[in-house]
Amino acid sequence: MQILDRRLNPRGKNLENRQRFLRRAKALVQQAVRDSSQARDISDILQGGEISIPAGGVDEPRFRHGPGGVRDDVLPGNRKFAEGDLIPRSGEGGGSSQNGGKGDDEDEFRFVLSREEFLDLFLDDLELPDLAKRRLAEVEHEGVRRAGYAVSGSPVNIAVTRTTRLAMARRIALRRPNPQTIELLEGKIAECEDQEGRAALRTEIAALEAKMRRIPYIDPIDIRYRRFENVPKPAAQAIMFCLMDVSGSMSEHMKDLAKGFYMLLYIFLTRRYRHVEIVFIRHTDEAEEVDEETFFHSRATGGTVVSSALEAMRSIVALRYRPEDWNIYAAQASDGDNAHGDGETTARLLRNDVLPITQYFAYLEVGEANEREDRAVSRSSLWGVYERLCAEGLPLSMRKVSTRGEIFPVFRDLFQRRHGKERPVL
Amino acid sequence: MTAHAIKRLYQGADWDFSTLQSVHDACEEIALSELGLDLYPNQIEVITAEQMIDVYSSVGMPLFYKHWSFGKHFTQHEALYRKGLRGLAYEIVINSSPCMSYLMEENTATMQALVIAHATFGHNHFFKNNYLFKLWTDAEGILEYLNFAKGYVAQCEERYGQAVVERTLDSAHALMSHGVYRYPGKKKLELRWEEKRERERRAHDERNFNDLWRTVPAGPGKSVSELSAERRRALLGLPQENILYFLEKSAPRLLPWQRELLRIVRHVAQYFYPQEQTKVMNEGTATYVHYYIMTRLHERGGISDGDFLEFLQSHTNAVFQPTYDDPRFSGFNPYALGFAMMRDIERIVTDPDDEDRQWFPDIAGGKDPMVVLRNIWANYRDESFISQYLSPRLMRRMRMFQLHDDPALAEGVRVEAIHNERGYRRIRRELARRYDVGWIDPNIEVVDVDLVGDRRLILHHHVLNGRLLSEADAKRVLQHLADLWGYDVLLREIGPSDAVLKEHACSPRGTALVPGITGRRNIV
Repeated sequence: MQILDRRLNPRGKNLENRQRFLRRAKALVQQAVRDSSQARDISDILQGGEISIPAGGVDEPRFRHGPGGVRDDVLPGNRKFAEGDLIPRSGEGGGSSQNGGKGDDEDEFRFVLSREEFLDLFLDDLELPDLAKRRLAEVEHEGVRRAGYAVSGSPVNIAVTRTTRLAMARRIALRRPNPQTIELLEGKIAECEDQEGRAALRTEIAALEAKMRRIPYIDPIDIRYRRFENVPKPAAQAIMFCLMDVSGSMSEHMKDLAKGFYMLLYIFLTRRYRHVEIVFIRHTDEAEEVDEETFFHSRATGGTVVSSALEAMRSIVALRYRPEDWNIYAAQASDGDNAHGDGETTARLLRNDVLPITQYFAYLEVGEANEREDRAVSRSSLWGVYERLCAEGLPLSMRKVSTRGEIFPVFRDLFQRRHGKERPVL
Repeated sequence: MTAHAIKRLYQGADWDFSTLQSVHDACEEIALSELGLDLYPNQIEVITAEQMIDVYSSVGMPLFYKHWSFGKHFTQHEALYRKGLRGLAYEIVINSSPCMSYLMEENTATMQALVIAHATFGHNHFFKNNYLFKLWTDAEGILEYLNFAKGYVAQCEERYGQAVVERTLDSAHALMSHGVYRYPGKKKLELRWEEKRERERRAHDERNFNDLWRTVPAGPGKSVSELSAERRRALLGLPQENILYFLEKSAPRLLPWQRELLRIVRHVAQYFYPQEQTKVMNEGTATYVHYYIMTRLHERGGISDGDFLEFLQSHTNAVFQPTYDDPRFSGFNPYALGFAMMRDIERIVTDPDDEDRQWFPDIAGGKDPMVVLRNIWANYRDESFISQYLSPRLMRRMRMFQLHDDPALAEGVRVEAIHNERGYRRIRRELARRYDVGWIDPNIEVVDVDLVGDRRLILHHHVLNGRLLSEADAKRVLQHLADLWGYDVLLREIGPSDAVLKEHACSPRGTALVPGITGRRNIV
């Protein structure tokens, strides 16, 4: 009998099988991820989680009996039946069991995706459009990369396997005697009867030992070091402005939607791009730059002057982000109300100052849950202004959401990887 | 019984490797001297929960080739386990020599003792002695063979691309349940020679390759059409119920390596074939053995009272049989039925009443229950075991009854028999049938193929009691079959008096399984 401790064996034996499965079911899984993300809170999405896909794409069919036919079954636990009793069939009256199992092949297959897998799939084909300006001067040392072996280096980098391999090759090539041979000979001496034989063996051992001393076990020429090199990587720089209306006209529901949208944007940018900076601006009748925490979690109230936010953005750009070096993006969320008379200012600011320096400007209008249809008809003041600008072919996209479930499709829509369509020509 | 006391084997729930060793030795003494078991050498491996899920998903084998479907099962098990919907088995045991048992590290000392008694003695004895396992499986060779299979599949993927290998395996897996020999007569597979065989065959092909043969003009071939249909079928070995075997030998468009893949899948299916047929007996045997050993250990002082209660709780959970109207009911629990029958047989041998003497004259009142049980363990499978040894008393105790569902009877389902004098034999026969593979698996065989004509492959499903195939599944399996065969496939469902009840036809999906050129000799 043998007891083996396998606990330290490499784990993840099935990792490859799991990846094969995900690859195979990719389209289905992606769809499922999108469907499931609509039903969930954004903070939930960050946790990854369970999804289910129709078993159809990844089924393993077998020949088996379908429903119908004469069946007998033996069951335990009879309490009241006597031979010959008739038990009415359950289910719709008179319907035989033949149409009972119609849906049996539409089983759902449920499983859990890790957070990483989930987000990767969710954000799969999204990108910041038109990431054009790449300033190569700004380089970043991506850390180090293995680059073969070297004969010199720091002792911590000794490549042990490589070194011992070379040493072994050298020992074999130079025929270094191994200790076992000597032991063997010593054993022979002990057994050997006659004096002469013993002496011969002794000299042989002495010769071998001398040779062993001449040829070292590990020679400095065997030693190899792992070589590393630094890999500079050019990076494109981008800055995203998040402009949110927090005025009194925004109801809790609307703020929720807007925050959901920004949360998603935030996840997307931080996961996908290493060099995106994010500036949070919230505005009522005046705008202020705030930090992430305040932006997402604190409250404010007041009137609405949209141009104030654009003005703030313009000054921040002028101060910190030279448009020649930075790809500038902006995402604005608002209920569409604006102070009377501010519409013209907003339009002018956008046309003359903001849009020329941005690669892409996304506008999200949030509405009440119950006013879906008529909202689209009775346009808000801001919507009208933006629509005019959009018609001029400026790099501006606008969408409207009124329920939580719409955020995800709209978000995807705004940041879908696109080819030419709606892409601003600069 | 001579109950000489033994030292307490462990204290509390903690265990270490020396505990396992001493528990194993104590169990072994009882297993050999009192139960008279005959065992493969044991190998106990301690693993983590994650490794347990790993073993789970590759059909319970320690090593297996790579395929997405195992990933699917892994993903599923993991999801259930993570959410706490399902616990893991306490152990998995592999029919190999040495007999490998996996123990989870989370188990308490009592659980490890239970598992050792259950797996390393109960299952081990059953694997080594049951005639089905002796007939169909090669415990010495299986691990080596799986290693070869794993390497071979990986090598194929390297040479011909992962996609086409995966598709071939998909198709082969779909036919796995129809890739076994059900009747003895074929010689037992010597798995260890398989690798050598495949190597030699390839070497032979390479040695004898001569490009000249390609240029030899084909003469006017023998007019095969003259062969009678009878003769043609005989040449192809038809009818053939082992569909995978038939495809491996006769499918005209498969490449040699694809045939080898079919062969691998077929061998694996054959290896697992006995396990499906002996679930009740296998678990019954193991449960009986662990119950006996644990009880004896307790009697002799090896296990404290508290630990014995812990054992009893796990044991009763395992042998719990919900009744038919219980929401937890999902058929007979093989542990419950098997264990109850083994105990019942022990009772019939040692303490029979008149009814037992009448029903089981050959074993009632025998001397040693172990002789009887060992004989049963060696020579029966579930179906024959139940049809011979399910006693009226047990039927009464489990309150069994038989339902007869005939769609022609509009009023409802009839209670055909209950646990009374008139019903015993009928219930027993019907229950035994539930475990008869010939009854559970659809009876499908390859009956004909016109190799000089359109090469359409014809299969028959012999329908029993009007139970047709599940349409959607049949379609999908046929698609796989057609892909492997390379030409059209037709499946007829044949009812009583040879009436064709239904037909399924399928054409291959273009070049689904063709990696490159097909240069295969014609088999006519």
